[in-house]
Amino acid sequence: VSFIPGGLDCSICFVSHVLGKGCVHGRQKEILSVLIPRLTDLTKSDCIWQRICWRLVECVPDRWMEAVVLGFVQRAPGADVLSRLLGNLVVKNKKAQFVVTQKLLLLQYGHTTAVLQNLLGYLSLDGLRRALLIKVLQELLETWSSSSAVKHSPPEQQQYISKAILICLSHLKEPEIESCRQELLTSMMEGVKCHLDSSLPQIRHLGMIVAESISLKINADGPVLKFQYEEDDETKALKSLLVQTPPLCVVPSLPDDDRNEKADAALPSVLESTEKACTAAPVMPDEESDAELDSDDDLIPYDMSEDKELKTKAPVYIRDCIEVLMGSEDVDKWEATIKALESLVRKNPAATREVSVELAKVLLHLEEKTCVEGFVELRQRAQVAVLTTDPIPVAKYLTSQFYSLNYSLCQRTDILDILVLAAQELSCPKSHGKAKHSGAQKPCTQSLPGSDSSKDWRRIVDERIKSKTRRFATGKSHAELASGPNEFSSVAGHFFFPLIQHFDRPLTTFDLLGEDHFVLGRLVHTLAILMYLAVNTVVVTAMGKALLEFVWALRFHTDSYVRQGLLSCISSVLISVPAERLLEDMTEELLETQSWLGDVVEKDPDGDCRRLALQNLLLMENLKKKLQTVPS
Amino acid sequence: MALPPPDPQFVLRGTSAAVHTLHFSCGGREPDVPVLFSGSENGFIHVWNLKTHRVDTALDGHGRKSVYFVETMGGKDRLLSQGRDQRICLWDLAEGRTSVTDSVFTENVGFCRCSLLKVAQGRWLMAAAAKALEEVQVLELPSKTSVCTLKPEVGAKLGMPMCLKLWQPNCGSQPLLLAGYEDGSVVLWNLSTAKALSQLVCHQEPVMSLDFDSEKAKGISGSSEKVLSIWSLNEQQNLQVCKTHKLVNAGISDITIRPDKKILATAGWDHRIRIFGWKKLKPLAVLDYHTATVHCVSFSDHKNPTERLLAAGSKDHRISIWSIYTQT
Repeated sequence: VSFIPGGLDCSICFVSHVLGKGCVHGRQKEILSVLIPRLTDLTKSDCIWQRICWRLVECVPDRWMEAVVLGFVQRAPGADVLSRLLGNLVVKNKKAQFVVTQKLLLLQYGHTTAVLQNLLGYLSLDGLRRALLIKVLQELLETWSSSSAVKHSPPEQQQYISKAILICLSHLKEPEIESCRQELLTSMMEGVKCHLDSSLPQIRHLGMIVAESISLKINADGPVLKFQYEEDDETKALKSLLVQTPPLCVVPSLPDDDRNEKADAALPSVLESTEKACTAAPVMPDEESDAELDSDDDLIPYDMSEDKELKTKAPVYIRDCIEVLMGSEDVDKWEATIKALESLVRKNPAATREVSVELAKVLLHLEEKTCVEGFVELRQRAQVAVLTTDPIPVAKYLTSQFYSLNYSLCQRTDILDILVLAAQELSCPKSHGKAKHSGAQKPCTQSLPGSDSSKDWRRIVDERIKSKTRRFATGKSHAELASGPNEFSSVAGHFFFPLIQHFDRPLTTFDLLGEDHFVLGRLVHTLAILMYLAVNTVVVTAMGKALLEFVWALRFHTDSYVRQGLLSCISSVLISVPAERLLEDMTEELLETQSWLGDVVEKDPDGDCRRLALQNLLLMENLKKKLQTVPS
Repeated sequence: MALPPPDPQFVLRGTSAAVHTLHFSCGGREPDVPVLFSGSENGFIHVWNLKTHRVDTALDGHGRKSVYFVETMGGKDRLLSQGRDQRICLWDLAEGRTSVTDSVFTENVGFCRCSLLKVAQGRWLMAAAAKALEEVQVLELPSKTSVCTLKPEVGAKLGMPMCLKLWQPNCGSQPLLLAGYEDGSVVLWNLSTAKALSQLVCHQEPVMSLDFDSEKAKGISGSSEKVLSIWSLNEQQNLQVCKTHKLVNAGISDITIRPDKKILATAGWDHRIRIFGWKKLKPLAVLDYHTATVHCVSFSDHKNPTERLLAAGSKDHRISIWSIYTQT
């Protein structure tokens, strides 16, 4: 596409038509990648070219307007450039307005952050368009604060909307904030409630960040809302959107691109080296002056970092520990006890068994008295130690407490965590039991440790035989894993069945199927892990059957975290229960599950659910194939 | 990067009781063996051979009552020991003998270690807590004649004397006594007039131990609290506090300055031995070996500087020997 240089009064309609048709037929990239840079250059300083450009886009017919506008928004190198190119198109043309304010922001969510920046920056640069900016913000907030949107829209869309909100906020000026302060506050309160209610941590973080930003904007002097969450790359990226960097003053034209980039790269390195030189210089004089003072004292100190205060000793008997934890006023002793408890429990299994339920009760209700480092982990490890020392009564106690009145959500999820950790420890042989316990429990996707170790062992033996030595490898600890009885086998049922029993019976403070869907999600994940760990136990078939029925009852739950858990339950069943048992005892359930999985793969809004369902279907296929190849 | 603190050079085991006092005698020439004397709670004084690290002799002279002070009087053939049987014994250890030649019955039931000072050839002064609660008696040895008795003035409420140090400003001049008391004060006594020259309150708690550098006229005291107090003596013979040093854990049982006045060692109730530079009290090292309170520390009197040792005796029945800062 070539341009007739200015001076002439020409009609550009034809060109607009060509442009529009080309864009709508999918040639956006080719046309616009040439057109936009030229236009950017030409419109930089020349008003006439600006007007020509505006005329150009205005004359594009409505049916092709969307393609053209979308192309421009995506390809413009900055909001100011977009402003020069499009002018007040959004105000004049209804279709363009719809595309920019509704379609790109609310109906689509695949565009990059740069596109959002362009778009919203464009809206903010002109007085006429700013009214649109405020309208856009209000609509975004409405979507953000609607609880059904939070529950049912994919996380990617929610992130997109949050980004858009943050960018809008960064463009707003004081008087505008004043005028819509009340609305901002209302939407923030509603929105933050729906977001925090969600079971997915990503959604919660989004809610927290947006709420913090809104509160910062409307309450710049007063107390600001502050949430506690882990900073990671995503959150930092989101927060950086709040600050608007000024547009680059020098827009490099095409041939100059490379030169400018090199110049930019050279500048930072020069700055760095001068900084380093500056910091090196002050260090020298300090050292010299120190040396002068010390020159008469030529005795070099040793490392004294280990010199700390002495601690009081912890009690040596379990019953003493219980006494101290229950009522002692001596905080030093309490702290020492809490730290020493796990090792004491493990060293005195017989003594622990006598008081196991009492100790479990004390630990479950134990609250942090002083500021002990790692209190939660210490308590959890002590509880796991008690549970593994005396599994059956303590498991009975814990599972019954899980469904009792008046426990906090934190305590109930603690119970689930402890059951999982203890099951893990019991199901692995002793040598692994002493390994570190990691924090959060997510269902692991590694293959069975049993089959792994046997393969490794075989491989090692083959290698050794090849090298003609008779010693077995001592380096691989896997070789030791094969021995040692599975202690989980006798108690797996006690861990599993009580948890499944009462899930549909609501209590006054605890309603798994209602409000407390977060705990339900955790429960489902816990059951999946317990199922997985019960491989090679006697009760695994009964567990599998019960679990499949449980999954069937909950399969239409609205919370995606719960659905993910249900799908991992199915994976665990397929992995743990031996294939023959699956086919013989659970054929009906399997068929029903298979049809449900097919449904999930096609229709579930959550990407993770779809992926898990697909994995399950593949597992089922593999099973079928395996059984077919085995001669009956 | 600071080095980690050194380990003990060796550890002497075999006392089977808490060690309360230590004293080196390594100044003799070959073929004299360097020895370490240790006094324990079971009443025995062990003579350790520092070459073989074994006990050469065990002296039993205090009726199985704890021995809390030993010191040699001119060579390792003559030993003075003080025990909880209210006696101070003088031993003759020459040529393999192990007999008590003389003893002084102090009638004092406290724990205050006596202090010895050689004033002339064959003549010593010894200061020890006396029968009356607040008094210190000074005797001349070996004649056992009383030189003076130091009584605090009425109403001073100093409490028991906890630690004593006899010293002479220069050779031949009048000896003076520094005494640390139960109320936390250190008093400088003039022996000829039996009057207190200066009194300084260094601590809030009893002074457990003190040591004095007569060249610099500067001393250091430790108590049952977390503070070490450094004080000096000016020309008017007045004591004044120079500085204090705060410790990590409370309680010091013993302080001793090395004979070359470069470093000092403290024995702590927190099982640790701390080494400081004497010039500015710069913390140099924390030696963490013992598993119970360290009761005493002592530096050796080796003629060769590189052989110098530090010994620490603790309630855990062990004596740790360290070789530290021997290069200076």
